[in-house]
Amino acid sequence: MSKIHVTTTINGDTVEYLCSPTETLLDVLRDRLDLTGAKEGCSTGDCGACSVTLDGRLVSSCLVLAAEAEGHEIATIEGMAEGENLHILQTKILEHAALQCGVCTPGILVAAKALLEKNPDPSEEEVRFWLAGNLCRCTGYDKIIRAVLDAAAEMRGA
Amino acid sequence: MRFESPATVEEATHLLANADGTTRVLAGGTDVLVQLRLGLVKPDLVVDIKNIEGMRSIVAEDGGYRIGAAVSGAEMGEHEGLVALWPGVVEAMELVGSTQVQGRATLAGNLCNASPAADSVPAMIAANAIATIEGPLGLRLLPVEEVPAGPGKTTLSKGEIITSIFLPARPKRSGDAYLRFIPRTEMDIAVASAGVSLSLDADGTIETARVAIGAVAPTALLVEEAGTALIGAGLDDKAVATMVAAVRAACNPISDKRGTAEFRTKTAGVMAKRAAEIAFARAGGTK
Ligand SMILES: Cc1cc2nc3c(=O)[nH]c(=O)nc-3n(C[C@H](O)[C@H](O)[C@H](O)COP(=O)(O)OP(=O)(O)OC[C@H]3O[C@@H](n4cnc5c(N)ncnc54)[C@H](O)[C@@H]3O)c2cc1C
Repeated sequence: MSKIHVTTTINGDTVEYLCSPTETLLDVLRDRLDLTGAKEGCSTGDCGACSVTLDGRLVSSCLVLAAEAEGHEIATIEGMAEGENLHILQTKILEHAALQCGVCTPGILVAAKALLEKNPDPSEEEVRFWLAGNLCRCTGYDKIIRAVLDAAAEMRGA
Repeated sequence: MRFESPATVEEATHLLANADGTTRVLAGGTDVLVQLRLGLVKPDLVVDIKNIEGMRSIVAEDGGYRIGAAVSGAEMGEHEGLVALWPGVVEAMELVGSTQVQGRATLAGNLCNASPAADSVPAMIAANAIATIEGPLGLRLLPVEEVPAGPGKTTLSKGEIITSIFLPARPKRSGDAYLRFIPRTEMDIAVASAGVSLSLDADGTIETARVAIGAVAPTALLVEEAGTALIGAGLDDKAVATMVAAVRAACNPISDKRGTAEFRTKTAGVMAKRAAEIAFARAGGTK
């Protein structure tokens, strides 16, 4: 199978890769670029563990072909902390103990960040609906929702 | 599998028309990628239409809106003018999947995937939406209800793609709504659904009405008698009962783990009644 050459931007850096036409963006992130923060849960768009943003829009990277990334901007969980400094959302997830096994956590963080960029002051219901596509089998969600609301308040300076 | 991302409609239709084997148009990919992953289809050619000029825009036209075939549900929900004119179509599209799916899923993809339970389709049918189809033989316009031919099948011929969906202008006192029944609150497939669009005259009498139902037949259906039943009154109990009976008479559902045929038929009537009430209120009607 002939390979496709793709030039894209990932977390602000220009990245080039060769991929096969059937590879997903998730496959390339994990297997070719060593960005293993996005997880493969279901690979059918149901679980949200592979969430990234594409031109600022939250998407499941398992439902994007790697070839589609040409000329676009991708942001992954690896771009969230600045060096050693965690993003407020990351700090709040830790403070609220809003994770156990951690497989859903990168997806939750990327999704929550996208929410707060669009809506800095979401209601609890809005957070729950926004994150409905991020499944967590450990926490029961409540701590995650509290952590996101707490982070939102802190980011607003409240 | 070959992947192409042409810059023009002509190139896209040419590629599709001349390809051997299985082809897939790639819009948001939220059905195509799942089918690829599960091995349900093994396309020889995938044609991404998102880099074609005009496919990603919502444009005001003749008092209505033309929605490019690659516009996502999230983009529709952020378009104030569209939400104001056709809230029912937008709410139906917004029911499709999660936030992640919304970032990619399109109206035309929902239509062409041809699931009997596709959420935007009854709402589009009720709205009198028209698909613009371009192919090797040129351009044609088709009412949305004539696109699906059965589960997973459309009436498009080889090389044809939908380039946009047009939602027309409507009289001032108009409203539309879409409702589905699912056993959960989010992320599930409709068991039965209904879309209603109606317009009122100056006294609040229903002047025109269209009712469409989903998940209760091999394709979403326009139920003309149901729309007719609502005309000439102000959504009174008698008209609503006639409308609901017409909806139930049109149902031809399967029984599966989501619901029996009997339950689906009953529920389609309930969804149509409630959607009609919402559409009527949105049109400014009072009972
Ligand atoms: C987790 C998840 C949840 C979902 N929930 C729902 C739901 O609640 N309700 C619902 O209705 N659907 C749901 N879906 C299905 C899917 O998201 C929708 O059908 C969506 O609208 C498809 O649009 P798309 O742009 O992603 O289509 P694609 O996957 O790109 O294409 C779908 C089909 O249409 C064809 N096609 C696409 N665009 C065109 C065009 N312009 N011209 C001709 N053919 C075309 C493709 O070749 C393909 O056969 C869900 C999917 C996932 C993964």
